[in-house]
Amino acid sequence: MSLNLDQALQTFIAEAYELLEEMETCLLQLENNPADLNAIGAIFRAAHTIKGSAGLFGLEPVVSFTHVVEDVLDRLRAGDIAISRTLIALLLECGDHIHYLVDVVAVRSQQPDAAATEREAGLRQRLQLYRQTSVSEAVSASPGVSAVRQEKDSSFDLWHISVRFGTEVLRNGMDPLAFLRYLNSIGQIVRITTLADSLPELSQMDAESCYLGFEIDYQSDASKAAIADAFEFVRDDCQLHILPPHSKTEHYIELIKNLPEQATLLGELLVASGALTQKELEDGLQQQVDAELKPATPLGEILIEQRSVEPELVQAALEKQNQIQEHKSKESRFVRVQADKLDELISLVGELVIAGAGANLLAKASQDETLYEATSTVTVLVEQIRDGALRLRMVPIGDTFNRFQRVVRDVSHELEKQIELQISGADTELDKTVVEKISDPLMHLLRNAMDHGIESPAARQAAGKSATGVLKLNAYHDSGSIVIEIADDGAGLNTERILQKARERGLVAATAQPSEQEIYNLIFEPGFSTASAITSLSGRGVGMDVVKRNITALRGSVDLSSAPGQGTKVRIRLPLTLAIIDGFLVGVGDASYVVPLDMVQECIELAGDSKVAAEPRHYINLRGEVLPLVFLHQHFNTGGGQRRRQNVVVVKNADQKAGLVVDELQGEFQTVIKPLGKLFSNLRSISGSTILGNGNVALILDVPSLIQQLAQQQVQPRLASQTPALRN
Amino acid sequence: MTIRSSMFNEVPLLHIEGEMTIYTAALLQQQLQLYIGQYSELELNLSQVSDIDSAGLQLLMAAKRQVTNQGAVLRLTGHSPAVLEVFDLCNMAAFFGDPLIIPDVSHG
Repeated sequence: MSLNLDQALQTFIAEAYELLEEMETCLLQLENNPADLNAIGAIFRAAHTIKGSAGLFGLEPVVSFTHVVEDVLDRLRAGDIAISRTLIALLLECGDHIHYLVDVVAVRSQQPDAAATEREAGLRQRLQLYRQTSVSEAVSASPGVSAVRQEKDSSFDLWHISVRFGTEVLRNGMDPLAFLRYLNSIGQIVRITTLADSLPELSQMDAESCYLGFEIDYQSDASKAAIADAFEFVRDDCQLHILPPHSKTEHYIELIKNLPEQATLLGELLVASGALTQKELEDGLQQQVDAELKPATPLGEILIEQRSVEPELVQAALEKQNQIQEHKSKESRFVRVQADKLDELISLVGELVIAGAGANLLAKASQDETLYEATSTVTVLVEQIRDGALRLRMVPIGDTFNRFQRVVRDVSHELEKQIELQISGADTELDKTVVEKISDPLMHLLRNAMDHGIESPAARQAAGKSATGVLKLNAYHDSGSIVIEIADDGAGLNTERILQKARERGLVAATAQPSEQEIYNLIFEPGFSTASAITSLSGRGVGMDVVKRNITALRGSVDLSSAPGQGTKVRIRLPLTLAIIDGFLVGVGDASYVVPLDMVQECIELAGDSKVAAEPRHYINLRGEVLPLVFLHQHFNTGGGQRRRQNVVVVKNADQKAGLVVDELQGEFQTVIKPLGKLFSNLRSISGSTILGNGNVALILDVPSLIQQLAQQQVQPRLASQTPALRN
Repeated sequence: MTIRSSMFNEVPLLHIEGEMTIYTAALLQQQLQLYIGQYSELELNLSQVSDIDSAGLQLLMAAKRQVTNQGAVLRLTGHSPAVLEVFDLCNMAAFFGDPLIIPDVSHG
């Protein structure tokens, strides 16, 4: 059983996290639009599903706490209690706590620690407030209802549940006993009779089929839907009848009729449990016989007539149907695949690309037209497979963005600022690994913007801006990379203060006059913070350098622009994927290098006069523009003689252009990036390696860092004498 | 799951060890059938049962019923905590009619 359960548990955990996220999003929606009934419904369903599945795995702490939350949500949904800011705040905390419980109990299979227990007690107390008021309200508001209830035929106040499990239940990995245990966790089984009438003789039975059924008298204040949901996982595979407390005698009789066992047996059970008296039973059975003689009433009418007694029945049924439909449509649209399987596929595709390139090279060398044509077709297909496989890993960044809504809400409360988060470009897709790794740096930047960027409402109004600050998160694709922008409309960066601070810390020499851009970049230096007061959020001077380091590790770059009084904008540029790129193969001496194709603008020949002129100057005139050059031959100290004819590959990264001087242009090449070992982690200008079709290794050029070095070399002569301490 | 069998006063005594679940149900059924019908008395010692689920429970029920129909006796003894919990959950104690020893710690 353990193996099966383990897999199911993983699914539960993943699902629970998703549901909690959804719950959070809906709660935040609700905060903006308290009348949103859909959101309330979605929150309820999320809590409800988590509780239901957690029960199946026996995650007691999760069940018992979620049950209380669900109860409050149920009342909220029914309109018994009104939505308020405090309630939303409370529910958000509850969501966090459930998240914690799932983390501890399901993922690490530990028990919650003391602090968590204390927190839970506090939450329960606050939740209790909502439960109690609603009860007293309900009672005082509707004295008539309780009076009516007492007039009903039976004063039996227990639920009656009849369940007959289908034969396949055990084989499907369910244990009927687990459902009983779960029932005991949301209520109490007062009386239970295990039925095995369908159980054949020992020699005839199939040990792996289920023959059991239960008649249960059940005490619980859970709703009918909640009880029915206990059996959600076997819904299609069992006969389930649930009679609410105070059901009419006829309903019990009806139940008896509907069940496979003999009427007398069940009748006796019900009499024994107190649901019916012997007289009622006899009368009822007689009535049924009479009724059968009359013309048949359409089934639907009977149902409606019966259900009308307990309106929650109809509601529960409808909701159930909706849920199942929703579930089904979701299921058919998505397939859950383990991430490592996907990774395996991608790495295989990578090998395929390399092998394909090898075959292509051989075909070219063999000069066999048809063979070459065939390999070309294969290459095209491989390219498509590669793109498709990579797209599988692509996820929209929206999920990550939406998570920040909560952060912004919490932080703005804490700082007593009014901040609105505007999200655009949420559909922009990028590699899953990149998304995961970018989340933390983004969070940091957001917090920074809220803490330092956006001013207090008073200060904003004094500056003639609206009291509510706006924080914008935007994402878009741009030449093979994704750009994420975080913009605030706050006070902007104070260049003077940054410069002053940098001088104090010895980051810039006292006499240096760095450009505005250079000053902005100073805040990414380790140990730099301009906040005059250290808050709990930021200002300790850790962070911005870490942000930069994280982004650089993803082969990305970050830059910053600011206008005093208008705000600050941080722009992060990241590669779309980390695994495979389209490369442009160039030859320098004996060696080959790959330039990411997205960055290549054009190729020109460097010959004759311009070559003679270019060599000492390190730049050429490109249609009136100054194009700085990197002579890769010298830069990498490559062996092999220099060719007479050389070419310039013009590359562009983030508005900066440069020319790479190479010997040979070898054309486009699909490149599977193999990371360099730790030994080479300090190597600049190289971002990875790849294997060519002929088995040779080619190094992948890190164009942004090359351009950066170039820019520094040109700045250096100017700054060198002034700022020996300016770090790279 | 392993079953150790021994004879005690000409009554076969089966020690069931390990789990009585869907995974071992077929094997258990086979083993029980070997003994049922052959002897007028049979004792199952359940003290080493680590886990029992619906499949295990219904096997015991089927065995009990068949033995009783044949006028023989099936005794369950030494119920392990796992067995007790399930008997209690399903209210099966009366069906089997064996004396149960309820451990001190968990009551109900």
